[in-house]
Amino acid sequence: MARQEKKKDVVIVGLGWTGSIAGIELAQEGLDIVALERGHDQNTVPNFEYPQQIDELKYGVRLKMMQKPSQQTVTVRRNGGETALPYRQLGSFLPGNGVGGAGTHWNGLNWRPQEVELRLRSYVEETFGADIIPEGMNLGDYPVSYDELEPFFTQFEKVAGISGYAGNLNGEIREGGNPFEGWRSEDFPMPPMPTTYDSSKFRDAAAAMGYHPFPASAGIASTSYVNPYGMQMGPCNFCGFCERFGCYQYSKSSPQTTILGALKRYPNFEYRTQSEVLRVELAEDGQTATGVTYWDEAAQEEVFQPADIVILSSYQLNNVHLMLLSGLGEVYDPLTGEGTLGKNYAYQMNGGISMFFKDEEFNPFVGHGANGICIDDFSISQNDFGAEGFIGGSYWRSGTFNGQPIRNMPLPAGTPAWGAGWKQAIGETYGHAMSIGSHGSHMAYANNHLDLDPTYTDRHGRPLMRMTFNWQDNDLRMNQFMKSKMEPLAASMNPDSMRAGFKGPGAEYDVRPYQTTHNTGGHIMSENAREGAVNRYCQSWKAHNVFAMGAGNFVQNTQYNPTGLVGGLAYHTVNAIRTQYLSNPRPLV
Amino acid sequence: MTDLPGYPSRRNFLKASAAGVALSGLAAQAKAQETTPPVPLEDYDRAYLNADEWAFVMAATARLIPSEGDGPGAIETRVPVFIDLQLAGDYGSADDWYMEGPHVPDAEPARGWQTPLNPAEIYRKAIPVFNAWCEQTHGAAFAELEAETQDAALTALQDGDVALDPEIRDFFSILLANTKEGYFADPQYGGNHEMQSWVYIGFPGARAAYRAWPERHNEKYPLGPVSISGERA
Ligand SMILES: Cc1cc2nc3c(=O)[nH]c(=O)nc-3n(C[C@H](O)[C@H](O)[C@H](O)COP(=O)(O)OP(=O)(O)OC[C@H]3O[C@@H](n4cnc5c(N)ncnc54)[C@H](O)[C@@H]3O)c2cc1C
Ligand code: SF4
Repeated sequence: MARQEKKKDVVIVGLGWTGSIAGIELAQEGLDIVALERGHDQNTVPNFEYPQQIDELKYGVRLKMMQKPSQQTVTVRRNGGETALPYRQLGSFLPGNGVGGAGTHWNGLNWRPQEVELRLRSYVEETFGADIIPEGMNLGDYPVSYDELEPFFTQFEKVAGISGYAGNLNGEIREGGNPFEGWRSEDFPMPPMPTTYDSSKFRDAAAAMGYHPFPASAGIASTSYVNPYGMQMGPCNFCGFCERFGCYQYSKSSPQTTILGALKRYPNFEYRTQSEVLRVELAEDGQTATGVTYWDEAAQEEVFQPADIVILSSYQLNNVHLMLLSGLGEVYDPLTGEGTLGKNYAYQMNGGISMFFKDEEFNPFVGHGANGICIDDFSISQNDFGAEGFIGGSYWRSGTFNGQPIRNMPLPAGTPAWGAGWKQAIGETYGHAMSIGSHGSHMAYANNHLDLDPTYTDRHGRPLMRMTFNWQDNDLRMNQFMKSKMEPLAASMNPDSMRAGFKGPGAEYDVRPYQTTHNTGGHIMSENAREGAVNRYCQSWKAHNVFAMGAGNFVQNTQYNPTGLVGGLAYHTVNAIRTQYLSNPRPLV
Repeated sequence: MTDLPGYPSRRNFLKASAAGVALSGLAAQAKAQETTPPVPLEDYDRAYLNADEWAFVMAATARLIPSEGDGPGAIETRVPVFIDLQLAGDYGSADDWYMEGPHVPDAEPARGWQTPLNPAEIYRKAIPVFNAWCEQTHGAAFAELEAETQDAALTALQDGDVALDPEIRDFFSILLANTKEGYFADPQYGGNHEMQSWVYIGFPGARAAYRAWPERHNEKYPLGPVSISGERA
């Protein structure tokens, strides 16, 4: 029999980016809150201290900050005919673990979606006609608009301490910013980060071709900064150990640097680590949740934590898994299109070009996770889908982010993988290469979805979640389009040689190389309970006291890194809880 | 802001440059490091590999990253020590990975790690098979062959021309990855001795403080590397 804890007003499942946001905003209401975090506790001091953190093998390669598959993982198949096999060793995506979640070791590339991305189906139908939408693509509109979310994007950016330069300030397009971004009610909290050599070369080449270069929007402090919660950040050191690492400097935007210190001072907030939530418990009528059951690692026992409100903030994959295990909706069936849980799983379609300049010095180790100059000239709002034959777009970026040699050693085409030729090439090439990346959208499809695996189980005996996912023609065509546009730009910079890497027609999903930890969908937002798992406030259609945070809400993925939208949606949700739900708990739609 | 009890003051930490604090700590430790010469590889007390496996790893890594030409090889950087220690540790035993069955070791490579074996077991099973192939094809175990023949044998292994059971078919790529890891990782893991690989390519290691550098365009960074334990080169 499970131990039972004292009832709380709110239980938060997972204390990463969105769990921390929910924690502090609801703590301000005086609610009694407990956050349950599967992993360990961690803080800048002592966990991310210099020099122990500057360890490529431990964190970059052995991935010691990430979720351990031995604790939790998924199975993967590329189509319904294949048998799904476990994702045994991390590769393609790296879910976070421990207090702060992936928010501790992300890159800090913080983007808002474009206005049209949130109403993509309508935009496509109005502009190009519904008949360009490929068979099997679940193209949708978000049930919230950019204008409604704008104040919440701004709020997240102020909390997270984002550096950048507004290109569209209240509708006024400003030279040097991104002219294609959605409007901003205020400029960035901090000015943009300085520009490294590779970025400056890219900027000049892009401008010469008539494109519109602008500094990347970075969750990296460019100056000293105090956020609305009184949390303090100091300017970044360009240490080059950013993505996959905790910041030793209080410079990278993370739950630790921007929220948790302030949150822990609320006497009505408590958090428990090594506490892995196993399921959400529903009341007998199935209309509400009564709390959650978790595994207490120290006591080695199951615990029931009763609560009036359940916040699922355990990252997209874990949220969907928990909802599937708890019956928080019907499981999506790709054949009939019925059901909602697991629907519209999507990812990211990326490519890039490395360029080699033997006489130039790039100092690749001088960088940060969100470094770079970008262009949005081939973004969703700019592409002619009718003429090009795809729906989607990407942003391009060039900027050093790490020079760690085990993983970051681009070499010219034809270089041997080992032996004397390899050794000579690394000596000649290291420090003399730069790259441009294309970070592209990924649409949702009937065939890409999540459900429970029939064979493999976790250490608690629960079925693993099964991912059915493969690349689709539409997004592969988009990627090839980017290649055709990027090659001339790269060539205009006159490198000694260059090497392109873009997936093309027929490419199949490979779980081994790192791609992104931008897993989206599976508990998508919708106008009605038939189409998605949660409503416009990310409130479960099934149980109105369950709110789901994170990229699982995405109807389809955007062309950008997800956290700007994830943070905006989180603030939109907690605002609805504070202003509408607490006074009268009910379905808000 | 208030500081958390038990933690160093965050405000003071922000005021002092973090790198300054850290580097003064490094300097103090540097001397102690320099005086301890490493155990010669022949006398190294192995943590996991047996004598035949050690002979193979020494010989194979010496071809994967040879000593000839510019820059250090795997032997000077003590890559075999790194591999031995990694196999003896939680990497070798795949502690962090999901290793439950059923296993489908002959699944397409794009499906990821599907063998029931962990890395340490793969070395243990694959080395004798490859040595037997070398004997049959070239007349001696791998370590006994001439360098040129060794290169040909490794190429055959890489190209899949040496018949290996599916459980161990990825041995070459694992060996190559571990060799490069040992070449480039911080010296505390046993390889990259004296940070020679970092000196060779121009990576400053654990310096990790370059605030003055982003806008010094096309100018080579002048300082040599430091390691986590405070060595300098
Ligand atoms: C290497 C890397 C780089 C990235 N770079 C970028 C970037 O540049 N830009 C960008 O926009 N995004 C980036 N991301 C993605 C970004 O980190 C996520 O979008 C963001 O952290 C999501 O917030 P979240 O609250 O949903 O999840 P997280 O911040 O990951 O928090 C989830 C928390 O829940 C915990 N948890 C999970 N399951 C359970 C359970 N059953 N019980 C209790 N606790 C549980 C986890 O341990 C974790 O602490 C990156 C991610 C990675 C891994
Ligand atoms: S690059 Fe900057 S923000 Fe990133 S970890 Fe280093 S100091 Fe922190």
